[in-house]
Amino acid sequence: MKEFVLLFRQPSYDYSEVSPKEMQALAQKWKDWVGNISSQGKLADNGIRLSLEGKVLKPGGVITDGPFVEIKERLGSFIVIKADNIEEATTLAHGCPALDAGGSVEIRPVFG
Amino acid sequence: MEMKEENVLKDLFQREFSKMVAVISKLYGLQHIEIAEDIVSETFLVAAETWGVKGMPENPTAWLYVVAKQKTLYHFRRNKIFDEKVVPALPRDPENHGNTTIPDFSEGNIRDSQLQMLFAVCNPAITSEAQMGLALRILCGFGIDEIAEAFLSKKDTINKRLFRAKDKLRTANIKMEFPPEHEIIPRLDNVLHIIYLLFNEGYYSRTQNHILRKDLCLEAMRLGIMLSEYEKTNLPKTNALIALMCFHASRFDARQSEGNNFILYKHQNPELWDKTLIKQGMRFLELSARGEEISSYHLEAKIACWHCYREDTAEKWEDILQLYDSLLKLNYSPVVALNRIYALYKAEGERAALEEAEGLNMEGSHFYYVLLGELYKNMNREKARASLKKAYALAGTPPEKEEIQKQINGL
Repeated sequence: MKEFVLLFRQPSYDYSEVSPKEMQALAQKWKDWVGNISSQGKLADNGIRLSLEGKVLKPGGVITDGPFVEIKERLGSFIVIKADNIEEATTLAHGCPALDAGGSVEIRPVFG
Repeated sequence: MEMKEENVLKDLFQREFSKMVAVISKLYGLQHIEIAEDIVSETFLVAAETWGVKGMPENPTAWLYVVAKQKTLYHFRRNKIFDEKVVPALPRDPENHGNTTIPDFSEGNIRDSQLQMLFAVCNPAITSEAQMGLALRILCGFGIDEIAEAFLSKKDTINKRLFRAKDKLRTANIKMEFPPEHEIIPRLDNVLHIIYLLFNEGYYSRTQNHILRKDLCLEAMRLGIMLSEYEKTNLPKTNALIALMCFHASRFDARQSEGNNFILYKHQNPELWDKTLIKQGMRFLELSARGEEISSYHLEAKIACWHCYREDTAEKWEDILQLYDSLLKLNYSPVVALNRIYALYKAEGERAALEEAEGLNMEGSHFYYVLLGELYKNMNREKARASLKKAYALAGTPPEKEEIQKQINGL
């Protein structure tokens, strides 16, 4: 088995729609998705969480607030999974709640 | 166990959303209320993702406060709103410079901010419908779809209403602060009225969503209790309003049937009445018996209190009749007049009631004809039938029609 990192990105969200019920449903979706991977014994690491705020250093000492000022999709966080090949890893990425919000999941193999 | 954890997030949202929005709005000004809402909403989105993947932190509330604090500072700094607009407007506090610009999520500050937000939102500068909408969103953490359902309106309508209301808060330069001493009473009157309307919206709402209705009532009660915990707003009429809500809420479960229909008072099983809420109501009713003023909340609370005793006694109905008389003098409304006639019927019989009922001009109301049907029942069956048939034609909902049909069949 090889390891793959799943990076999820989410577009900006319509905050005026956020409701208690929706939050409950959303947390459940994340849990179900990770839980499903984990129950197959394929979760290697549930990663670290990144704060959405930070800075970006660019050439010439230019520092901007970011990282998501210039990009439409902000990088959320990531998990590390185990799979036989990238096809299987991609299959496991299905159901990631970031997709429901119009975001994406990037699947990247980890070098041994 | 799993289910429980998810409910924790929903409950946390309902409880903490309003606290955090109030604290952040208090710090940076009510004109930035939408930014405060966005920051808090995003905090919850991150919580949903993070807790879903990593599990709940040990102290979820503290986690939320830390993340919201970071986001707030970051946002206002990044957009220079902070330096250019917020800082010059902040009150100068020489002993505490630097610290006043970080959201303070201490218990005391949360309480003060929420109370001040309540006064800001319940401001007559905006329509009472908009005040209710804002209160539900900003003070009770309801989603737009839930507010729309409660008011039987479209989401779009609610969004526009809230947008205009927030705009008005800005242009009217409404501030988050306690009203000055001499204004507390009239301002509190308006706040109490909005809480009363919110409760009624939940109690009599036409939406079929039982849980939503109950949530509305509970939130109205929570806001009332919040006012009673602050010395300057803990007035007799505040307690009277809370008592009134407790008595009505005590029958919430007893009046709900399996099929989502309402069970009429006379058919309810008193065993299902919530004894704890009735006791709470009695306590607040006692607390309301101070001072000189007898508000409409006092009178309504006493009437509602009588209805917690099932037995019909002469004393009960005579007292209720007097309470309705006083209520009508305070502010006349056709619905109260109609209820008074029912009390008159119970206290003095159908003849006295009929005489007054005929003077009432309520030909558009099915309640009026239901009452006439009841009054004629033992005197003139044909008139009773004719009245109930009119009531049937006017009734708006199937459960009401069903109940009226039952009465026609029972004649």
